[in-house]
Amino acid sequence: MKFTYYPGCSLHSAHLGYDISCKAVFEELGFELEELNDWNCCGATIYMSVSEVTALACAARNLALAEKQNRDLVAPCSSCYTILNKANRYLKNSPDLREKVNDCLKEEGLEYEGRVKIRHPLEVLINDIGTELIKLKVKKPLDGLKIAHYYGCQIVRPEKGFDDRENPTTMETLFETLGAEEVYFPYKVRCCGGMLMTTFESAALKLSMEILESAVENGADCIATTCPLCQMNLEAYQDKINKTFDKKFEVPILFFTQLLGIAFGLSSKELGIDKNFYRCEKLSEIEKQLPIQQQPISI
Amino acid sequence: MKQSLVKPGVLLQQETELRRAFLEHAKVIPGAEKIKICLQCGTCSGSCPLSYAMDIMPRELIALFRAGDIDSILKSRTIWICASCYTCQTRCPVGIKVTDVIYALKRTAIEKKYFTKHYPVHSLARSFTNCIYKTGRLNESTLMFRYFLRTGIWKSFSYLPLGLKMFFKGRLKLKSSKVKNIDVFRKILKKSEALELPVEREKIMYQPDAVGYKSVG
Repeated sequence: MKFTYYPGCSLHSAHLGYDISCKAVFEELGFELEELNDWNCCGATIYMSVSEVTALACAARNLALAEKQNRDLVAPCSSCYTILNKANRYLKNSPDLREKVNDCLKEEGLEYEGRVKIRHPLEVLINDIGTELIKLKVKKPLDGLKIAHYYGCQIVRPEKGFDDRENPTTMETLFETLGAEEVYFPYKVRCCGGMLMTTFESAALKLSMEILESAVENGADCIATTCPLCQMNLEAYQDKINKTFDKKFEVPILFFTQLLGIAFGLSSKELGIDKNFYRCEKLSEIEKQLPIQQQPISI
Repeated sequence: MKQSLVKPGVLLQQETELRRAFLEHAKVIPGAEKIKICLQCGTCSGSCPLSYAMDIMPRELIALFRAGDIDSILKSRTIWICASCYTCQTRCPVGIKVTDVIYALKRTAIEKKYFTKHYPVHSLARSFTNCIYKTGRLNESTLMFRYFLRTGIWKSFSYLPLGLKMFFKGRLKLKSSKVKNIDVFRKILKKSEALELPVEREKIMYQPDAVGYKSVG
C-alpha cells in the first residue's frame, strides 16, 4: 500500500531525523511513502495571522497536487497536519470559497475538488497498520524504557481529530505493544511556547521548562514527541532553560518514529538519532542488544 | 475611553471604526456570534498556559469588547502573547472560539497599525511571508536572518551558539529547495491576496448591533 507523503519545510532542514525515520519505519512495515511532487510550504499557523485567504491558497495548492495521486496524504509535521486539515475543511464546506481558490490555482492548471484525506503517521500506524502487525516486526523490545508521551497542541486541537483533546492515548497504545513503560505525564498536551520562542522568549522558556520538569520528576528517560517545533523548543533551548531557571536538564527528545525504528532493529544512524543533541543511554543499550527471533504465528 | 464613560451609550468615533474593523475580521470565523453568550466564567483564563504573562486575561478581552473598549485590547500585549494552543477554545463551556477571536484581533491590530516593537509577532509573520514568496518553501536560517534584520541584528548574536550547534549536527541548511515553477506559484499568491473571503462561509449571524450592548454598537 502506498501513501502520498508531505514532508513540509522543517522536515527537510532542521528535522531530517523525523523525515528519514518516518520513511524507514513505514518501509520496514511494508508501506511506501511517496513524496508529493513539487510541494510548497503549507503556510503554517503564522500565515493565518497576516492573510487568511493567501494561507488557504498556499495549502490548497498542495491539496490539489495530492488529489491527482488519488491516495491519502500523510503529513508528519503537526503544523502542516492542522493547516492542511483546516484548509481542507474550509474548502470542502464552502463551494463558494473553493471556486475562488480554484480560480487562483488555475494559473498552474490545478483544481481541487475536496477529495483528499489528510492523515497523521501516528494515526495511520494505529488504525491502518495496526498494533498486531507492528508487534510482529519488533526485534528489540523497548523493555524498561520509560517514555513521557508528549503530543503538543496541534495534532489534538482545536477540532476533534483522531484522539481525545485533553487526554490522548494513541502513543501510549503504540508503545505499550513495544514493551515500553509509560510515565505519569500531565503535561502531555500543554503548549511548549511554539513560535513565541523567537518573539517572546522569556514567556516561552517557562512553558518549556515546566514540561521538561514534569518529565524529569516523573522519572522519564526520554520524551517522545510528534511535533518538530516542540522538539526544537524542548531540545535546542534546553541550555537556555538551564541557565535561566538554574536547572540541570539533559532530557533526550525523540520523535516517536525514531523510538519505533529502534524497536524494529534499525540503527540510530538510519533513524537520524545521531543528529539529536542529547543521547538517551537506555536507548543505546537497547540498540546494542541482539535482535530477538520472532515466533512465526500460525493463524 | 474616558469620554465614552462620561457619556454612557456613546462611542468615540475611533472606537466605532475599530469595532467595525474587528467585526469585519471576525465574521469569517464560523460561529463567531457566540461571543454574545460569554458567561464570564473564566475557564479560558484559567486554562491559558500563558495567562501569567498577560496584562489582560482572555476572559477580560471579551468583557472589554462588550463594554466597547477595543482600543485597550489592541494596546494590550495579550493578543501578541497568545501562542494559539487552542486550550481555551476547546474548554469553553459555550463554545466561543477564543483563539480565533484573538486571531481576528491580531489582524485588526495589524490593519490599524497598533503593533508595538516589543512584541514583534508581526515582524516574524512578515519575514515568513516574504520567505515563502521567494522560494515557495521555508528555510529556517533565512527566516531568522530576515527576522533579525527587521528587529535588530544585534539579537542574532545570542543565537550564534545554537546556530553553530545545529550546523555541526547537519541540521542547518543554508540553501533551501525551491518550488519548480516559482513564477507561477507567485502568481497564485498574488491573485489570492486580492481575493475576499466569502462573507457567509457558514451560517453566521454577526451584526454589529447584535453584539454587546445594543445601544453602544
